[in-house]
Amino acid sequence: MSLLQPKTLKPMSTSEAVAYAVKQTNVDVIAAYPITPQTIIVERLSEYVNNGELDAEYVAVESEHSAMSACVAASLTGARVFTSTASQGLALMHEVLYIASSLRCPIVMAIANRALSAPINIHCDHSDVMGSRDAGWVHIFVENGQQAYDRIFQAFRLAEDEDILLPVGVNIDGFFLSHAVEGIATISDNEAAMFLPPRRTKYYVDSSMPMTFGAFALPDWYFEIKEQVASAIEKVPKKLAEVEKTYYQMTGRMYGHVGAYKTEDAEVGLVCAGSAAATAKFAISRLREKGIKAGLLSIRLFRPFPVESILPHVKGMKALVVMDRAMSPGAPSAPIGQDIKTMLYDAGINIPVANFVYGLGGRDISAAEFESIILKMVEDLRSGRPIERGVRYWGLRS
Amino acid sequence: MLVGEVKSIKELYGLDLIAPGHRACAGCGALVAVRQILMASKKPLIVVNATSCLEVTSTPYPQTMWKVPWVHLLFENAATAASGIEAALKALSRKYGRQEHYIIAFGGDGGTFDIGIQALSGALERGHRFLYVCYDNEAYMNTGIQRSGATPLGAATTTSPVGSKIVGKVQNKKDLLEIVAAHRIPYAATASPSHWKDLTNKVRKAQSYDGPSFIHVIAPCNRGWYFDPSYTIKVARLAVETRYWPLYEVENGRYRITHSVPSPKPLEEFLKVQRRLSHMLLPENAEVLERLKAYVDERWERLQKLSACFT
Ligand SMILES: Cc1ncc(C[n+]2csc(CCOP(=O)(O)OP(=O)(O)O)c2C)c(N)n1
Ligand code: SF4
Ligand SMILES: [Mg+2]
Repeated sequence: MSLLQPKTLKPMSTSEAVAYAVKQTNVDVIAAYPITPQTIIVERLSEYVNNGELDAEYVAVESEHSAMSACVAASLTGARVFTSTASQGLALMHEVLYIASSLRCPIVMAIANRALSAPINIHCDHSDVMGSRDAGWVHIFVENGQQAYDRIFQAFRLAEDEDILLPVGVNIDGFFLSHAVEGIATISDNEAAMFLPPRRTKYYVDSSMPMTFGAFALPDWYFEIKEQVASAIEKVPKKLAEVEKTYYQMTGRMYGHVGAYKTEDAEVGLVCAGSAAATAKFAISRLREKGIKAGLLSIRLFRPFPVESILPHVKGMKALVVMDRAMSPGAPSAPIGQDIKTMLYDAGINIPVANFVYGLGGRDISAAEFESIILKMVEDLRSGRPIERGVRYWGLRS
Repeated sequence: MLVGEVKSIKELYGLDLIAPGHRACAGCGALVAVRQILMASKKPLIVVNATSCLEVTSTPYPQTMWKVPWVHLLFENAATAASGIEAALKALSRKYGRQEHYIIAFGGDGGTFDIGIQALSGALERGHRFLYVCYDNEAYMNTGIQRSGATPLGAATTTSPVGSKIVGKVQNKKDLLEIVAAHRIPYAATASPSHWKDLTNKVRKAQSYDGPSFIHVIAPCNRGWYFDPSYTIKVARLAVETRYWPLYEVENGRYRITHSVPSPKPLEEFLKVQRRLSHMLLPENAEVLERLKAYVDERWERLQKLSACFT
């Protein structure tokens, strides 16, 4: 019915779109602490609750450590739970993130990605999420407000699936996306309720079935319990595809695990994540006009790393440029670079990979810069010059 | 306003919510206190536990001591976990008819006085309905008897040893109950497992309020205090009888000493039975002893004056 019909678009910032989606999920508990650039999300949600538009408990905790702690406890009790943070807030949550995944809490968290201190900086990069990428959370990157809105529904449906039961982070580039206003196609409250009925779960904290949550496990059991998180997250790519299919039938919108643009015949592939994908896409189309065979791979599902979805795109490529908006000091590659290189090695693909760290602390990157990076790679390939290994820092002051 | 006052210990028989076989030391004061509190508690009940001796010894996976639903997340967030459960049950009962529960959070002194005080303060300020119980063995026992903000002046711990230059802990114990009472919550009290009737009735009173309540219970630890495991309750009683551990409550801001100690035993009686404190009786440590005595006396006097204000 509504499939592909033109929608009236509502002008909203990505933060407002996220809050609106969360309201439509009929969430039960929100526990959050304010931090720029996430604040608009929690402010809107507070308004919804205080105006009676959303029947939920808003727990205005005294820190992000407590935000995630309250979320975990509420989730264990059977509630549908949402929170949002950024930067220092995510860092302060760090030890609780592992509790959320290991106690199998399907919490959804919007992360308005922001740099980590010091120096203190409120602008976008991915250092916050990269610092917690091994905590057993599913992580999705979005490229615009529409994706953010849609992914909130998908994230809850994926997280609460009894085969998954893992927390999901929806990563929204701070300011670049969180504060950008665009026309958002929304679904109706009825559609939302059909796509996401109230949460049902088998095990929860209740005196009708007294159970122990968060026991002390020694070397005889700890390893098995942890491995279950790994095997659950392995199931995510398939499950997310199913969730997306159902959502597509309702909305006509589908994003996949990776956003591929002109990769079919590409010789050089550009890999990035988040808002930079749109800029990169523009750069690729300009390069194509010049006859350069470049393609884009935007990482949309980051954890688990969607190897099976990426590989078919890179099979014919001669080289890759991987752009990381976070660093991993002392490591042979930056975070996404590490994943890409591991993936290529395992697949027996031996092509050069140039790994750049860019845009830390909100430093912008332009389409022209993406173009010049790719052109340099193309030249190097033509002239047979060896591609520099290791990590390079793009866009530093000279 | 005593709802369901406990008059005889017989009323508590058969209400034991702790299964045998836990791994706590024989004679662990914390376990005795927790058992009494659970017996007295209203039902249905959910228990939250901070990382501590109590948590570690009671849930060696795949076994558990707890016959009630029990949740442990971390060391510093028991009060927040209780907030989250309370908020969830509130929303779920309003929206879908889920049953409401009483909630008790247990934290050790380290998890309450020190690393968890922010989470506790936040939860008390927000006004969630739950009872927080701090069982106080006056050090970080689970990690090997390190000093905490609850360790008394002069006490020997593994991070405040009796050295040739510095003798035990240099600071006085933090007055936690006063900090808690300053949140103006409906009910806050101290208690001791040696005075079970006082303790169990305080639990019932605390749970009768629609808001946060707090009980600070002494939990003698034979491993960390160095006394014979059969003396746990004797040591707890000595703490009360020497006025080291005054039993009082702050109900809606009104102070009341719930167990008067008109002729206290000398503080030395409490100190001499525990090796963590007995060095304070040596002549060279007389000054530390005097300071501890002054702390105990001043606290008692202040409580008496406050109690008198409200009678
Ligand atoms: C963030 C963090 N820091 C340190 C620890 C190590 N730790 C576990 S229990 C504990 C001490 C607990 O002391 P207390 O709360 O007094 O309880 P007790 O064991 O004495 O009963 C410590 C330091 C931890 N688990 N988490
Ligand atoms: S060390 Fe102390 S507190 Fe810990 S179990 Fe043993 S007696 Fe109890
Ligand atoms: Mg202790």
